[in-house]
Amino acid sequence: MSGLENVMVSLLKEDAKRDAGQYPLDVPLYHIPCERFVEAAKAMKNTGARLAAQWASDETLFRRGFGVFACYAKDSEYLIVKADLPENDPTFPSITKKFVPAYRFERQIKSLMGIEPTGHPDLRPWIKHEDWQKGVYPLRKSFDVKQPLKRIKGEYQFIKADGEGVYEIPVGPVHAGIIEPGHFRFQAVGEDIINLEEKLGYVHKGIEKRFETMSWMDGAKLAGRVSGDSTVAHSIAYCRAVEAISKTNPPERALWLRALMLERERIANHLGDLGAIANDAAFAFILYQFSRLKEHILRTNYKLFGHRFMMDKVIPGSVNVDLTSKGRDIILKELELFEKEFERLVIIYDENPSLEDRLRGTGILTSEKAKELCVVGFVARASGQNQDLRIQSPFPPYDRIIPKIRVLNSGDVHARAWVRIEEIRDSICIIREILNTLPDGNIVAGFNPPLPDRSGFAVVEGWRGETVYWVQSGPDSEINRCMVRDPSSVNWLALEEAIHGNIVPDFPLCNKSFNQSYSGNDL
Amino acid sequence: MLRILHQIFRTGIVTEPLPPEVEKGVEVIGAKLEEAIMRRFRRSLTIRQVDAGSCNGCELEIHALNNPIYNCERFGIKFTASPRFADILLVTGPVSMNMEIALKRTYNATPSPKFVIAVGDCGCNGGIFGESYASLGGISKVIPVDIVIHGCPPPPTAILKGILKLME
Ligand code: SF4
Repeated sequence: MSGLENVMVSLLKEDAKRDAGQYPLDVPLYHIPCERFVEAAKAMKNTGARLAAQWASDETLFRRGFGVFACYAKDSEYLIVKADLPENDPTFPSITKKFVPAYRFERQIKSLMGIEPTGHPDLRPWIKHEDWQKGVYPLRKSFDVKQPLKRIKGEYQFIKADGEGVYEIPVGPVHAGIIEPGHFRFQAVGEDIINLEEKLGYVHKGIEKRFETMSWMDGAKLAGRVSGDSTVAHSIAYCRAVEAISKTNPPERALWLRALMLERERIANHLGDLGAIANDAAFAFILYQFSRLKEHILRTNYKLFGHRFMMDKVIPGSVNVDLTSKGRDIILKELELFEKEFERLVIIYDENPSLEDRLRGTGILTSEKAKELCVVGFVARASGQNQDLRIQSPFPPYDRIIPKIRVLNSGDVHARAWVRIEEIRDSICIIREILNTLPDGNIVAGFNPPLPDRSGFAVVEGWRGETVYWVQSGPDSEINRCMVRDPSSVNWLALEEAIHGNIVPDFPLCNKSFNQSYSGNDL
Repeated sequence: MLRILHQIFRTGIVTEPLPPEVEKGVEVIGAKLEEAIMRRFRRSLTIRQVDAGSCNGCELEIHALNNPIYNCERFGIKFTASPRFADILLVTGPVSMNMEIALKRTYNATPSPKFVIAVGDCGCNGGIFGESYASLGGISKVIPVDIVIHGCPPPPTAILKGILKLME
């Protein structure tokens, strides 16, 4: 029994019942009484665990009402607890006071599943906007997807600051650049930001509901479009959850190829963001150089995998594209050239005093805050959190090819950028290692749908960080629920925090250094 | 500074000619295109991009148009922050319920004559997200569309091709 599990079981004794249908077995799911939900959260908090996700599932097809889940994580352990709720008038006690990220998870549960978190301090709708018809809960089985929603009149109450010289700046949803939509509301005095409030949900497309109408195989395509820039990370996470629930073991070669694609996705996105950060500090040279390097990587992707972002290449039980020995040579050669160019540019980046001036000390997320907000990915690593699932919860080949963990403590824009420079370097080594140890053989494994009423869980360290999927099969072995938690769903809150005390013109820079996904958050 | 200059010279000009099928298109349009841009758009074509609910995949490719390899500014194509300056709206995604109003407002804020290009399979018909309570489907469900560019996402050359086709 793992540490977290021990804590839970010794606290709740026979009140905690292990679910036998949850896979993989090292991520246990415990049923606990609803009234002990907060107590359990407190115990988890005291052991130093973080809240990784919280969600609800409609289980009325099994004639059992609803389930509310909280997933806790510490080092390499994950533990899920579930409270079973009645079909009529379901509520559960809020854990927001113990874990900050529950603040949005629970608002979302309320908005989309219609389950009330009692004691939650702020029940304004989240994702579902204020002008939606009242009383509709799209994630419920009783909801008809085809039914268009009526618009009503409604106004979102933003947090307001007042006092002499305080003014408000509304930004979005349509932003100035080529980026996704979202709304930011600043309260400022002069140049200083005193509060930032995010209102998201603009790109909510009903993805989680959509999964429920798809086959397990087709679901991988949708997962690959939750956040287009992280298509590989999301499709691997989805497929691993589906493989867990259906007890499928992909061949080793397929796993190695998945990791290869995941690292290429990491390099491409880090390059794009580093360029954009420099550009926002008026150093366009770096943007153009890095975007040139990125373009070459995308072209090689196209040449070898048939798609510039490698969409639809990861499928349940396998990957649908193999690498020839010629392809292997192409990558090795490309890496050699890329590495030289990249290192030359890093020196220029590092030696530029005006860049340094803008990036250092800007948008600080302290390590205490990072821990409190349960942030993940490079944002966490730039704020002193020793967290990389490729090391802590590895899937092959990461159990053999071990990345170096990059942790910085300053938590500023510079740290978030520099961690990514280091990660690119590391990804280059990992790719070489993958290609050197690429196992021979088949890439295809047969895939059979899971048994009814089972659940599967998976996490993958994408370029943004921990990507979580939890899937549940229905009475006919169909998808009953597919919970998606993009790293952005927790990291967005950290941007609100990091911006305090900065000046308005530095916001774009801070925002770029986080570069969280709107689509992955809004679903 | 020397390093920067050195790198600039080493890199040289990386902008590529368009692929033959696009290049041919340019030739065919030739004088007509130039005349059209001169007359209608006073030599430059200004685009406002609107994400009406995409997965961000299409945005990455639109971004790529600005990289030095595609360098869309050489055709006089510029991206603007304000719809008030735009000749073309380049719209991605299925239109989400939550973006419907913002998209209509952006459209209304764009001065006539204006053109709308729907980018990506989602922009064309809702793509994998289809039509549901949260996704209204393709862009043409909400505002008039002049041209659609298929692909998921369409590569930068396909987007350029679509823009040039609109000029015909
Ligand atoms: S067309 Fe494809 S890449 Fe573009 S928004 Fe739709 S799913 Fe994303």
